[in-house]
Amino acid sequence: MAMIGQPLDRIDGRAKVTGAAKYAAEFRVPNAVHAVLVQSTIAAGSITGFDLKEASDMPGVLAIITPNNAGKLTHPENVPQAVAGPLLQNKDILFNGQHVALVVAETLEQAQSAASAVRLTYTRGEAATSMDAMLGQAYPPKHFRNGARPPDTSRGNADESFATGAVKMDATYVTPIEHHNPMEPHATIAAWDGDRVTVWTATQGISGVQSTLAGQFGIDKANVRAICPYVGAGFGSKGNTWPPATLAALAARTVRRPVKLVLSRSQMYTSNGYRPRTVQKLKIAAAADGALLSMRHDGFSSMSRPSLGEFAEPVALATEMLYACPNVAVTHRLVALNAALPTYMRAPGEASGVYALESAMDEMAVALKMDPIAFRLKNYAETDPHENKPFASKALRACYEQGARAFGWEKRSAEPRSMRDGNILIGWGFATSTYPTNRMPSAVKIRMEKDARVVLQCGTQDIGTGTYTVMTQVAADTLGIPMHHIRFELGDSNMPPGPVSGGSMTVASVSPSVQAACRALLDKIKDRAVAQPGWGGQSRDGLQLRDGQVVGIGQQISLATLLEHGPIEAEAKTQPGDEKKEFSMHAFGAQFAEVRVDPDLGEIRVSRYVGAFDGGNILNAKTARSQLIGGITYGIGMALHEETLVDQETGRIVNTNVAEYLMPVNADVPDIQTIIVPNDDKNSNPLGVKGIGELPMVGVAAAIANAVYHATGVRVRKVPIRIEDVL
Amino acid sequence: MQAFTLTQPSNIQSAVAAASEPQTKYIAGGTDLLQLAKDDIETPRQLVDLEPLPMSGIHAGPNGLRLEALARMSDVAAHPAVVHGWPVLSQALLASASPQIRNMATVGGNLLQRTRCGYFRDTGFACNKRVPGSGCPAINGENRMHAILGVSDHCIATNPGDMAVAMMVLDAELELIGRNGTRKVAIGDFHRLPADTPHIETILRPGELITGIAIPASAAARRSGYLKVRDRASFEFAVVSAAVALDMDGGTIRSARVAAGGVGTKPWRLPEVEAALTGKPARAATLQEAAGRAGEGAKTTAMNAFKLVLLRRAVLRALQTVAA
Ligand SMILES: Cc1cc2nc3c(=O)[nH]c(=O)nc-3n(C[C@H](O)[C@H](O)[C@H](O)COP(=O)(O)OP(=O)(O)OC[C@H]3O[C@@H](n4cnc5c(N)ncnc54)[C@H](O)[C@@H]3O)c2cc1C
Ligand code: SF4
Repeated sequence: MAMIGQPLDRIDGRAKVTGAAKYAAEFRVPNAVHAVLVQSTIAAGSITGFDLKEASDMPGVLAIITPNNAGKLTHPENVPQAVAGPLLQNKDILFNGQHVALVVAETLEQAQSAASAVRLTYTRGEAATSMDAMLGQAYPPKHFRNGARPPDTSRGNADESFATGAVKMDATYVTPIEHHNPMEPHATIAAWDGDRVTVWTATQGISGVQSTLAGQFGIDKANVRAICPYVGAGFGSKGNTWPPATLAALAARTVRRPVKLVLSRSQMYTSNGYRPRTVQKLKIAAAADGALLSMRHDGFSSMSRPSLGEFAEPVALATEMLYACPNVAVTHRLVALNAALPTYMRAPGEASGVYALESAMDEMAVALKMDPIAFRLKNYAETDPHENKPFASKALRACYEQGARAFGWEKRSAEPRSMRDGNILIGWGFATSTYPTNRMPSAVKIRMEKDARVVLQCGTQDIGTGTYTVMTQVAADTLGIPMHHIRFELGDSNMPPGPVSGGSMTVASVSPSVQAACRALLDKIKDRAVAQPGWGGQSRDGLQLRDGQVVGIGQQISLATLLEHGPIEAEAKTQPGDEKKEFSMHAFGAQFAEVRVDPDLGEIRVSRYVGAFDGGNILNAKTARSQLIGGITYGIGMALHEETLVDQETGRIVNTNVAEYLMPVNADVPDIQTIIVPNDDKNSNPLGVKGIGELPMVGVAAAIANAVYHATGVRVRKVPIRIEDVL
Repeated sequence: MQAFTLTQPSNIQSAVAAASEPQTKYIAGGTDLLQLAKDDIETPRQLVDLEPLPMSGIHAGPNGLRLEALARMSDVAAHPAVVHGWPVLSQALLASASPQIRNMATVGGNLLQRTRCGYFRDTGFACNKRVPGSGCPAINGENRMHAILGVSDHCIATNPGDMAVAMMVLDAELELIGRNGTRKVAIGDFHRLPADTPHIETILRPGELITGIAIPASAAARRSGYLKVRDRASFEFAVVSAAVALDMDGGTIRSARVAAGGVGTKPWRLPEVEAALTGKPARAATLQEAAGRAGEGAKTTAMNAFKLVLLRRAVLRALQTVAA
């Protein structure tokens, strides 16, 4: 039976629930000491001095590293990643909560205690903390999408055609700063041996850690080893190599002992990125029959001071490709603030952007008096209207149909406030979902041991999504041997490189190499068979591996016998081909939400949810469903709960803990029905997968916001939607 | 967190004696205190552990309920006599925190939990409650969750508890013991308004210990209920809450007790609402009119002005539910 597609339990599940799975901070490194960060309490200015008397006299303190004495790192230009600081290399304060010192002590408690005794003096500068106040000074990003495309594009003439529309909308949507809040905090243990450093670190990209640290410390990449067998989720916050990883290595070099640095929950609000706040202006016009004439999407996202790096939330990319509209213009702008550097967060760009786009499309459907799905179908893009290319595959129509049927959409009465259960208002909302299909090069090593068991290795990560499991499934099917004879290893930069676990591309990138490596191994097994005495006439391609035997014409030999000559090894590298030139590659989905709103008390709860997705070929129905319900839950949080509050006076975040930074708890999440629309996208990659880590959260906030409108008649153009917005 | 010593007293007297040392705190469930200590908001040098004291009983009788201070929130909430005789108390407790926290947290500690004001809970900010005289950044800051009743120019922090709000409609009385003996104080007199000393939150004297809470039985206590309004369905502090206890004679309200949470700098009794109900028939219009009076003297900010509207609606809903 084929393993691919089965709803199998994750093979690391038992290790995780029993505590056997080791996360970065849990490795026991002999002689390790502890480092604790000290962070600034002003948002702009510079450090004039430190008073370290009290702190350095405290028991166990080994070193207090400040910009005055920190070892110099090499120029950030040597470093491939986008985070330029803060690395204690100068005394500038660019945001509130910036790292200003690092205390190293024998125990964690000693380091914490001394860290709170570090005193510093500043001169205060002028801080820009309000995005709205700075909107007029927005500027185009310099490295939008790493230079792969310009921040502004257009087709036709969006502004002229807007005037000709029979029905129009023009509105601004706002999304807040959100933090990833993975369960596992950022953690690094760094240990030097001469000029070689090993780091056990919580990361979505060990290859990035390796090259970043090599660049920063001016050492060869081969001298950096990054280890990360398990990640307690990242959601994008562990995609870059953030300063704490570097500072742990810096501290270890200073005290000449292994150093462990674990961030507190509160410190994670200014140490490893966040989803920036966005202000999005949408203008859409359509003919009276619902045909789109013009779309304009101007996106502004909040940023740090530019010297820390650059991240622009690509909010308007979906607007270019989702609907067949002849005139479209999109722009992306940044607003520099005294804030930490933002970064990718689950479905970067699409989560915020499709919220605004699909809210605007709902407003248009209402204005046109059209059913929201009928309006989408009227403007269905059969080919990518922006790139003028066919889609590699697109089963969005089937998502609409199957989702609508499961939800019972045809029973919806269009009028707002027209559906009730007693006193409670009921609203049904809908939105489209889409996310690009990505792929990067990867390499895999494989070895069949003498006992015919197989070990595969790739320096990729399992960020909780099921990489261990699905790669084992792919290997089992390709080799034709049972899964329990296969071990897939990952999370060590000594292994052949894999890409960063971001952009929903791990499966698309790594599984082709797994498949290729397995095939290369099979070839070698067969080569060994045909080299056996008496096998001379057999052609390699005619052989089969069956039940532990290599079977040829009138001949067979057991693997065990073949392996008496020693283990067999192979390696494979795969990379994307020209498919991106030929096709537009995207996953799609349809999101349906029911909300219940208490009209007197303003409480909004999601009571029913259906999501139907075209995620290409699904390798494991169970881990896939986990991604889908997790993504939808993330979207519920975006719609109703999550918001990082920044004090405008000081630029300091007020709710740096998970009691006051709300996210959904079980009671907020209804039974979620997920539908996987069958598809197999071999145009995109050999396994036909599209990636489903981010897709399921895209559009959720819009579906819920649209449902809140349908329930209450109040159009709320910002998230999270709160009690007072509908009172 | 600062280093501290842990004292484990063998009886109440030695606990009180140990607590006469300066910079001492009692620790019960530790669910609030430890968080505050880790964040350097509380910096005790000595913790006196109450856990060893035999002080966790729940005694229910025909005349009333006595909770010893170490009774767990979860045990009180689930106690059949409480569910039946003082439903508002059970409901308020079940609407508090999470099951895990309720299993650890005690009713004594609950009364002394500190505000959730984000400025207070971060030493990187000024805060009059934490550092007297340093200022109140919340007044012009992120104050959506802050109080609208009992506020001063020095502090607008909300008392975050639910249980104490329920106790306000039950005439609960706290039993205290200190170096100079025992005393009793009504729940309504326990918490103080911030005025110009927001760092002094209760009338508790240094080293004084809460030993128990006495709650009389009554018809109103039996006919009582708690409503909590919040942004998410569970595990969140109240945006607004309402506690109601009614003594009814057929369709007439003989007397009413109404209090609110999430809106006051201390658990807030609403005498203006009670007065409008006393002696009146429990008709829709009466309840509506009475609820509309809630929040006399409210002082709101741009971010929390909605709380006054919400308070009235929450009080009305609670009245309707309890009167029905
Ligand atoms: C995430 C989170 C959510 C929460 N949500 C809610 C909520 O929705 N509603 C709600 O009401 N509460 C909520 N709480 C607060 C919770 O109820 C309190 O933390 C708990 O009741 C405190 O009890 P404890 O026994 O753990 O007290 P501790 O933390 O041990 O002590 C708290 C304080 O009381 C003092 N103290 C304790 N016992 C005595 C005594 N017998 N005599 C004198 N002083 C004493 C201590 O010295 C300390 O100052 C929440 C807490 C958390 C962490
Ligand atoms: S409201 Fe009170 S607790 Fe909050 S900052 Fe102001 S003084 Fe401090």
